Amino acid sequence: MRKLHHFHGGVHPPSNKAQSTRTAIAHAPLPPKLVVPLHQHAGEAAKPMVQAGDHVLKGQLIGMPDGFVSSAVHAPTSGTITAIDMQLIAHPSGLPNLCATLIPDGKEEWIARKSVDYREHSSAELQHLLRMAGVVGLGGAGFPSDIKLRIGKQKITTLILNGAECEPYISCDDMLMRERAGEIVQGAEILRYMLDADEVLIGVEDNKPEAIAALQQAITANEPALQQNKRHEVVTIPTIYPGGGAKQLIRVITGLEVPSGKLPTDVGVQCFNVATACTVYRALAHGEPLLSRVITITGNVRKSQNYEALIGTPITELVALAGALPDTSGYIMGGPMMGFPLPALDVPMVKATNCIIVASEKLFPPPPPAMPCIRCTRCVEVCPADLQPQDLYWFAQSREFGRAQKFSLFDCIECGACSYVCPSHIPLVQYYRFAKSEIRAREHDKQLADQARVRHDFHEQRIEREKREKAEKLAAREKSAQTAKLAGIQSLTPKQQAAQAELEAGRAHIIELAKSEVEQVKE
Amino acid sequence: MLFTPLISKPDSVAQIMLKVLLALLPGIALYVWYFGPAILVSITLASITALGTEAVMLRLRDRPVMPFLRDNSALLTAWLLALSIPPLAPWWLVVVGTAFAIAIAKHLYGGLGNNLFNPAMVGYAVLIISFPAQMTHWIAPHGLEQGGLVSSGLTFSQQLEYIFHGMLPDRATLDAVTMATPLDTLKTHLHLDQPIRQILEMPIYGHLAGHGSEMVAGGFLLGGLYLLASRIISWHIPVAFLGTLLVIAGIFHLVDAGHYAGPLFHLFAGASMLGAFFILTDPVSSPTTNKGRLIFAAGAALLTYLIRVFGGFPDGVAFATLLMNICVPLIVLYTQPPVFGKKDGVFGKKARGDKP
Repeated sequence: MRKLHHFHGGVHPPSNKAQSTRTAIAHAPLPPKLVVPLHQHAGEAAKPMVQAGDHVLKGQLIGMPDGFVSSAVHAPTSGTITAIDMQLIAHPSGLPNLCATLIPDGKEEWIARKSVDYREHSSAELQHLLRMAGVVGLGGAGFPSDIKLRIGKQKITTLILNGAECEPYISCDDMLMRERAGEIVQGAEILRYMLDADEVLIGVEDNKPEAIAALQQAITANEPALQQNKRHEVVTIPTIYPGGGAKQLIRVITGLEVPSGKLPTDVGVQCFNVATACTVYRALAHGEPLLSRVITITGNVRKSQNYEALIGTPITELVALAGALPDTSGYIMGGPMMGFPLPALDVPMVKATNCIIVASEKLFPPPPPAMPCIRCTRCVEVCPADLQPQDLYWFAQSREFGRAQKFSLFDCIECGACSYVCPSHIPLVQYYRFAKSEIRAREHDKQLADQARVRHDFHEQRIEREKREKAEKLAAREKSAQTAKLAGIQSLTPKQQAAQAELEAGRAHIIELAKSEVEQVKE
Repeated sequence: MLFTPLISKPDSVAQIMLKVLLALLPGIALYVWYFGPAILVSITLASITALGTEAVMLRLRDRPVMPFLRDNSALLTAWLLALSIPPLAPWWLVVVGTAFAIAIAKHLYGGLGNNLFNPAMVGYAVLIISFPAQMTHWIAPHGLEQGGLVSSGLTFSQQLEYIFHGMLPDRATLDAVTMATPLDTLKTHLHLDQPIRQILEMPIYGHLAGHGSEMVAGGFLLGGLYLLASRIISWHIPVAFLGTLLVIAGIFHLVDAGHYAGPLFHLFAGASMLGAFFILTDPVSSPTTNKGRLIFAAGAALLTYLIRVFGGFPDGVAFATLLMNICVPLIVLYTQPPVFGKKDGVFGKKARGDKP
């Protein structure tokens, strides 16, 4: 048995996963329309490669990665692109983004797929393939996976696959591990090969015994394919929220604490979601770019279920499959702890969409009015980042952002454990988000102001220098003219003398002007 | 508008306060058993005054009245204050103390969650400074009549008569029906140069401390253990307070057993148990860091002992609490625990000398 560690705090909300794990993953039917956002990942949006009216094949590149942190976007099925325009997407801001609208032709005609034996390629080549296959983290953040595999000189000892899935209601990773453990394990081996890590540890919470058994079986079954003397192991971790936070998971499994502001790679660990490993395998072994994912539709529905759905499927279609009940009051993308309410229902699902929770007042009763904080420190007891949430709340409320920052506001992972236990029902996380965005806005403003000041100072200096140089030049010319005058004044005709005098006057005038200008600037 | 987390643990300020009130019940029951039901009158009086004052202050401050009246925090202040005042105190003493605690110590500082000082202890301090004579009307526990200390006990109706009208039955004097507290008696007799052993043989003393009152303290200990078990309070304050008191009293007792009572006496005398579990643990006016709680409670124990043994007041818990309340912001600032990924403390390694 591996010795496990623990992180501070955590909570045990009711898991509510059983509803959606009773039946196997179902294939969502092809929707009449797909809306594929070109910005589904962290970093720069992909550049559109098709135009309205183009016919595309399933898996065809429609968005080219643009910039260092970016990823490709593909046509999830064959059909016709009808528009490339701004549409509402699933983002907390509720702002529209560039999307490609695709009307499927129903033929599911694939592009030519090429299988790749990863052992014959370098990590850099594989990184490029993954980038072009649009592989991003499926755990929620959608960070391009190729960037996380680009580790430079750092030695990675441990690759951790995150199968914790600690948020209540969500079960897409659980079902994926049960049903496609083989692909996950093979994907893990590819990732391990690319990172040159010594071991692969798959962390799964102990409330998913079927997934753990399936993964263990898959490891045994794939023994010959896995690299010799590199350990693959399923690590059963205690069920506690937020045990699936990357830094928390690393802490539990390895005992290492990723320093504040650093990355897991700084302690020799890299972490991927299990679903990402699965996609990596599909992308390389089958040449299939990331076109679909498993998504949990649960909550106030007739039948909670996991669906394998194409990226770009409108959420309405999925919710209709599950059958939202009449008293539905809203929709949450993600889990009940960290998810966000959807701005509208006709937004498409994206690569990072792991769950849609249909909400009702009965399921999620509105919280009672917030009472004042009584400093009971229940929030301190559960904070996985060892913060003092009640102090941060106080600073955010009184807009003491400097102090909030000193009290490590930016180490807050917004897991919501503090709000979950607060007996005064204070929406603490909202306060932290507010304070963070205020601080970011102020820092941005300050940066702009600093740049402007530097530019201004430089401008001033330049004018000063030019004036000085002009004055020096004038003085030098004056001097030479003076000597020339003394030498040649006698030999000049009266006409020449008059012209000379005129020149003198003009020069004097220029000097006057230059002087007054310098004075003006000085003022 | 929905916002996450959508779910929360079923808990509320009112429930927390209610559990603390419940935890006081064993102590109150033993109080009634040993000293008669007069304490229930003070508790009722204090409760009514507290709720009334709370309502008026909320109205004056333009705050919603009902949600705050239902949070049970005013009741808790009332009960704690009533338990600190002699049961035979005139009714207006209870009313003045409670009204002061709620109006001044709580609401003028910003209401629930904002008071720097423990309201009940502010109320107590005001009373003991303003009305020291009335604050000595302690009832003798039953069972002492035979000991000859108290000539005759008062019936409950006679007690009510005294509380509300200040009238005693014929031929009864106040001195005959009340007594000094065990702590007070000890202090007085020590001044008369009597040895401790002889003093403690007086009938008002029981096995550990005062006859009857030691049992009430035991009741508070029981309630405190319930608070610990239900995780309403953390162990830091009670353990540090009682532990420090034990150690200091123990040292003095070891050095000069003739003049300093033993550690167990101090744990079960006066308001030690009430203070350790119910007063110092008030979340609003105590530190939020665990290390800070240890320092806070240890300091309170030290001050309590010093006031008890060398000071002018019979007990020191109230003033010790108030004095330590002042230090809370400073204690909290200097006891910040390290943040995840920043094992050099909340402010990071480089900024160590640069406290905000």
